[in-house]
Amino acid sequence: MYLFLEQLLNGIQFGVFLFLIAAGLTLIFGIMGVINLAHGSLFMIGAYAAAVATEWTGSFALGIVIALVVSGIVGMAIEFVIIRRLYDRDHLDQVLATFGLILFANELMTILFGRTPLFLNVPDALNGSVEIFPGVQYPLYRLAIIAMGVLVALILFLIITRTRAGMLIRAGSTNRDMVAVLGVDIALMFTLLFGLGAVFAGFAGAMAGPLISVEVGMGEQQLILAFVVVVIGGIGSVRGALVGALLVGVVDTLGRAFLPDLLKLFMDPASADGIGAGLSSMSIYIVMAAVLIVKPNGLFPVSVARH
Amino acid sequence: MKTANIVIATSMALAMSGIASAVMAEPVKIGMITTLSTGAGYLGEDVRDGFLLAVAEEGGKLGGAEVEVLVEDDGRKPGNGKQIADKFLKRDKVEIMTGVIFSNITPVVVPLTMKAGVFYVSPNSAPSIFAGKGCNQDYFVASWQNDSLHESAGVYANELGYKNAYILAPNYQAGKDSLAGFKRYFKGKIAGETYTKLGQTDYAAEIAKIRDAKPDMVFHFLPGGMGINFLKQYSQAGLKDTYPLVVSTASMDEKIMGAVKDAAIGVRSTAHWNLAQDNAANKTFVEGFKKTYGRTPTVYASQGYDTAKLIASALKATGGKVLEAKDDFRAALKKADFASVRGEFKLANNNHPINNWLGQVVEKDANGNIVNKIVKVVSPNHKDAYADACPLK
Amino acid sequence: MVNKRNLVFVTAAVLAAILVPQVLTMLGEEYLIGTASRIAIYGLAAMSLNLILGYGGMVSFGHAAYFGVGAYVVGILSFHVFDGSSIMGFQGTDAAVLSWLLAIVISALVAFVLGALSLRTSGVYFIMITLAFAQMLYFLFVSMERYGGDDGVIMYNGRNSLPMVDLSDDTSFYYVCLTFLLAFLLLFVLLVRSRFGKVLQACRQNETRMRALGCNVRRYKLAAFVIAGAVAGLAGALNANHAEYVSPDYLHWTKSGDLMIMVILGGIGTIIGPVIGAAAFLLLEDFLPLLFDATGFPTFKEHWRIVFGPLLILVVLFARGGLVGTFSAMRGDHER
Repeated sequence: MYLFLEQLLNGIQFGVFLFLIAAGLTLIFGIMGVINLAHGSLFMIGAYAAAVATEWTGSFALGIVIALVVSGIVGMAIEFVIIRRLYDRDHLDQVLATFGLILFANELMTILFGRTPLFLNVPDALNGSVEIFPGVQYPLYRLAIIAMGVLVALILFLIITRTRAGMLIRAGSTNRDMVAVLGVDIALMFTLLFGLGAVFAGFAGAMAGPLISVEVGMGEQQLILAFVVVVIGGIGSVRGALVGALLVGVVDTLGRAFLPDLLKLFMDPASADGIGAGLSSMSIYIVMAAVLIVKPNGLFPVSVARH
Repeated sequence: MKTANIVIATSMALAMSGIASAVMAEPVKIGMITTLSTGAGYLGEDVRDGFLLAVAEEGGKLGGAEVEVLVEDDGRKPGNGKQIADKFLKRDKVEIMTGVIFSNITPVVVPLTMKAGVFYVSPNSAPSIFAGKGCNQDYFVASWQNDSLHESAGVYANELGYKNAYILAPNYQAGKDSLAGFKRYFKGKIAGETYTKLGQTDYAAEIAKIRDAKPDMVFHFLPGGMGINFLKQYSQAGLKDTYPLVVSTASMDEKIMGAVKDAAIGVRSTAHWNLAQDNAANKTFVEGFKKTYGRTPTVYASQGYDTAKLIASALKATGGKVLEAKDDFRAALKKADFASVRGEFKLANNNHPINNWLGQVVEKDANGNIVNKIVKVVSPNHKDAYADACPLK
Repeated sequence: MVNKRNLVFVTAAVLAAILVPQVLTMLGEEYLIGTASRIAIYGLAAMSLNLILGYGGMVSFGHAAYFGVGAYVVGILSFHVFDGSSIMGFQGTDAAVLSWLLAIVISALVAFVLGALSLRTSGVYFIMITLAFAQMLYFLFVSMERYGGDDGVIMYNGRNSLPMVDLSDDTSFYYVCLTFLLAFLLLFVLLVRSRFGKVLQACRQNETRMRALGCNVRRYKLAAFVIAGAVAGLAGALNANHAEYVSPDYLHWTKSGDLMIMVILGGIGTIIGPVIGAAAFLLLEDFLPLLFDATGFPTFKEHWRIVFGPLLILVVLFARGGLVGTFSAMRGDHER
């Protein structure tokens, strides 16, 4: 029973982690109408920046701050040079241009840092674990990720619903021209917004650094999952991204944890292991397809801006 | 997209050795198909650099014969491997092939090479299909047979007195082979067996299962980034000391140690080569590698270097002839008369090395560096499980 | 439509394509005949994607799935011949006609099922659901232990057998691929100009209007989707033969991305564009590194993607018609 609860918590934690990545994606996706495949690259840049800065300064907190700054700047630069030319284009052009960005970013990082994964460990303050159930120690750092996810969700929610900036963002996404006529610099606003999305991606990368290997290509593994999350939740919906992330995290984790054992009830252990592993890899895509077949615009549909 | 076709011609080897003028004799062409891109790119990079170091030591030669090394990246894709092999064999007319890192590419490249009547010397991957009934007189291995990597970890686990092991590997052929190899020699019970996703990043679910199973130890085959992911998370969960890890060298190389640092301390592994191994060849190699490339060599670099030295020993014996003197070259390769960085080097009847497997443990040395310390030889003269099925003498 | 200049141009191109093996042999670069076959194969696959992407306006990010399914049909049938075992009571086969036909039929069936489900969505959701289905199939093949899982199936028996033609000969194989390519080019010209093609394009331009006109939009789209899947399946079957090898890699999402790049690079919504795109893509991939090496930028030869990525972005941003569009703009053509 404790095992099940622990796995459930693992699933939730994984979901929150995915939400951290998906938050920025859904923001850019929903409000600006841009599919940004390079979101994974910003995730990678955040992790690299955190690893390098932590090594220099000796402080993980400082590393995170620097990662946020770096990914924000890179994000805004990308918007300024490339993305702003894509607002009026169809999704196909956006997919391809940002695909080109991935190739560029990966190769650039290889040239700059080589092929050896970088070192980044959990800061001492968050090292260790707490007993959540009798006999079950849970890593403090994973709990910290859950806390960060909740924090990000709150911040996003507040920005969008409570601030003037959020109001402009919402207005700008529904009717760009109208807002522009009212004297708001839409171009600047979108640059800043894209930067904000990049900051979220970089933050997710920096937080992930101590948990996963900081290496070239680390973003793409997460990117597809993040897209699944965003699409399940409904593009542009922060609430949807949160629900979608938790759903994907829990389904994926519980699938890995229990499917093989479940299958062993019906078939011989050897094939159960193989098929179980295969099925659990497919599980989230099955969930996504099922959701879209029933609700073609995701769980929390938002009217998406097309410019 | 990952198809990089990279040609590094002799110019590099020549430039490194500072020799500008080429000798008139037609150089022996060696085709190296290796993996330079993707997350596993450092494996191929080190094999290549180890190999080229040996060439550079002789100033662009191996065993006194001028060589030209063509290097291309397979991007870890068998389809690319085939294309490159086609090009090397048909257009460049190479006489020796080498370089493949991954076991899914070997079965594509090796049959083509054999069909063309060209020699193949493996610096890394050596799947079982070419070790037993399917062995070939022109196919040589300078590293190990795949299974031995994991068999030796099973032997080490026995030596350490573990009776109950939890084992996990990615859900693909090499992963399944690794678990089979471990189980072939491990005498204790298997507390649990889990297949993970290839390229998986989050291991919380697996770690919870391990804790629940309460094994004596854990064996895993998670090379490269996967191993880094797992180790970081396993150590954070505080299980590293409760349920110690005994793995094979692929899951605990120098790059992984560098990426996780303290999280690697206490992890035990088996390998056929160690950075600190005390012999003259190894000293030359490690110093030369550090000087040339400015980084510490991994086990893969040692394998690339040994591969070049093995080829050099045969070229020396035949005076630089390969395909014109096939029988002599083959016999010379089989003799393997060279000073290996791993110490002794001999080949079994199936042309796979008989290795002395070392037990190692990761420690912090006096200077605070994380090092893989040799504990003892755990499986001396380890012949692979397939050699007896090979009809070669 | 077919004016004299175009006729001359087409005839010249076909003749040139036919002479490729002879020219390469003369140059002593026989091994490049394999590259020529790949261009024909990927041209076929990109062309099929262009039918739904360019003419139908359906941005499928999972087209590699059908390519892979077609390839696996051939690979699995060949595997069972080698293995001597049977599959669901049937023997395996090495016969090209039978296994290629099966590849077409099965990938069409898969495209029918997945297309029917995917077409319930539109826009970004369509992109993502096609991606999700392709990923599902990808992981399905990864977990098929019998067929090598992630390692894939090696066709130890070599290429399929065709009466009177020796497919193991690279030149003959090239001609087979070229025949298919030319046949389907012709077929697509007719298809695009047919009533079906007109309706499909009208749906892309204004779906609501077509619906208002009483046209069953989804049925037309699905038909196009199935045709595209079937042709991609054939291309996959050919590629399995070319490589004598099949793996889940054929279905990977980056492969879908590659096919999209070929379409865009050559010119979306044009008949010949995707083929030219495939040629440009594959040749760049092969020769960009060599080019950097030869022109004195050795750093880039290993990192050629750092140039390829921006190149792709430039094409998307500034050369919307792709190579074909740029070329016809230079000629002063305005028909597209």
